[in-house]
Amino acid sequence: MNDVDNLMTPHRQSVLRWQRWQDYLFEKTTMAFALSTLLALTGIIVSLFISSWPVLTTFGFEFFYTVEWDIINSKFGGLIAIFGTVATATIAILIALPLSFGIAVFLTETCPMPLRRPLGTAIELLAAVPSIIYGMFGLFVFAPLFAEYVQPALASTLGQIPGIGILFTGAFNGIGILAAGLILAMMILPFIASVMRDVFEIVPPILKESAYGIGCTTWEVVTKIVLPYTKTGVVGGVMLGLGRALGETMAVTFVIGNAHKLSPSLFSPGNSIASTLANEFGEAEPGLHYASLFSLGLALFLITLVVLSLAKWMLIRAEAKKGMKT
Amino acid sequence: MIGIVNKDPSIYARRKRANFIGLVLSMSAMAVGLIFLLWILAILMVKGFSALSFAMLTQSTPAPGSEGGGLANAIVGSLMIVVSCALLSTPIGVLAGVYLSEYGDRSKMASITRFVNDIMLSAPSIVIGLFVYALVVVPSKHFSGWAGTIALSLIAIPVVVRTTENMLKLVPVSLREAAFALGAPKWKVSTSVVLKAAQSGVMTGLLLALARVSGETAPLLFTALNNQFFSADMNKPMANLPVVIFQFAMSPYENWVSLAWGGALLITLTVLTLNIIARVVFREKVAA
Repeated sequence: MNDVDNLMTPHRQSVLRWQRWQDYLFEKTTMAFALSTLLALTGIIVSLFISSWPVLTTFGFEFFYTVEWDIINSKFGGLIAIFGTVATATIAILIALPLSFGIAVFLTETCPMPLRRPLGTAIELLAAVPSIIYGMFGLFVFAPLFAEYVQPALASTLGQIPGIGILFTGAFNGIGILAAGLILAMMILPFIASVMRDVFEIVPPILKESAYGIGCTTWEVVTKIVLPYTKTGVVGGVMLGLGRALGETMAVTFVIGNAHKLSPSLFSPGNSIASTLANEFGEAEPGLHYASLFSLGLALFLITLVVLSLAKWMLIRAEAKKGMKT
Repeated sequence: MIGIVNKDPSIYARRKRANFIGLVLSMSAMAVGLIFLLWILAILMVKGFSALSFAMLTQSTPAPGSEGGGLANAIVGSLMIVVSCALLSTPIGVLAGVYLSEYGDRSKMASITRFVNDIMLSAPSIVIGLFVYALVVVPSKHFSGWAGTIALSLIAIPVVVRTTENMLKLVPVSLREAAFALGAPKWKVSTSVVLKAAQSGVMTGLLLALARVSGETAPLLFTALNNQFFSADMNKPMANLPVVIFQFAMSPYENWVSLAWGGALLITLTVLTLNIIARVVFREKVAA
């Protein structure tokens, strides 16, 4: 004890004090930067809320389920845009889900080992392509082909079925809710596929080997061992894709048609929240129109916030399973 | 032995058939994904390279209806915005990542921050544009390159934070302990040992963040806006590739649409190159 006291010369003590002070400062500085993320999130919600306040006081909650969007008479309702956002995202998920499941299964089970990495990278690069490229591709390449071949084919087959037939009627102009949904599907496909591949790899090999050992086929291993084990992770990945699809602007704006009308047909042009903002915000006059666009932004942010939080929560739960791996 | 084997061959046939169909479908899904990637790249190459010219790189964006023109102002604007975004988001993102990895083990605050950060990773970018519009453009009463920089940084920072934290966690604890045993204070250990060891990993994160923001269009629409003329003043509305592509692609003029394809090719090549460099840097690090 005495030795230690002797080591503590006044000089050394002051060095130590200085170092403690530096440490304190370093911790608090880094903490301040970390907290800035929290600040940004609350800032976004608060500022959107303040900017959309005029709409909430004029139209109240009605704004979110009325159809009119009359700029001249200042009557605003967000239903068309909200419907467009939800419809395109739903179509995108319905198409992207089975495809990305297939890709993840291929990459984790059947793909020959030397090809796994290059093919996985290719899918990740597909995810890196900027969304505006998907939009241009959709408008100039996909839409003409879609109008000429796919829409007539859909109208003459699915369009004839009573009930759901109405979804596939109307003019074949290539752009509209369905086309936007398809382009979105292609865009979120690689996101979902890479998350699924990652969670599939969490499954302990011993489980799969046991299943193969008692004579299961690959497909049985995937559907009866891998999928039940990774349920939450898979759902989380899908929700993550849904979050992306809901908030996507450019891929949708090019192909949705930008028309403010509500139609039961998926062929007809529509509008999503993001495309309305991209098209109208630049020209909006301060006032109700402007505040209405902010309200749409607020609605979009809150919807994606809920979806992404659920996604994250599920992925954390899936990750926790990794701890049980032996 | 024979007694327990099910002799009904139809069950085996059915299981084999289900297996075959499932695997064929999964392979076709992979094929769809790859064909789509190749299709997009092929279209970009064909339309983009035919638009590429010396004039495209040296002249500014043309006025409506006029012939020729290029993307020089947009390329310079994009570079300036992205570089200042890198300068702004690197220190913030890295230091926040250091906090989460080095101090955030047990604290509730850190896990909330982590959660929020992951949500900001996928937050709709157009809403971030709206936020910066309300925060920067409205008070300053004009669009500006700085506003665009801030909007992009809000998207880049979460990417940097996430990768920095992950990379710092890969640094072995024994390395930290060795430094502590030599009497180094924690800040010194964090900056000169842990951060140094994870250098290339952090670099990867930064490159990925830049790849992500260089293609972003939506947040720039209401912040940097666009500028038909050459301008290097970050306080003024600034031309930038994504917004020019958006406007030109939707326009009726043929030379505008062609320029848009040229710009699209430039952006995609940049983004893919950044992605590939990031992967190579990271792989070398893991190998070492």
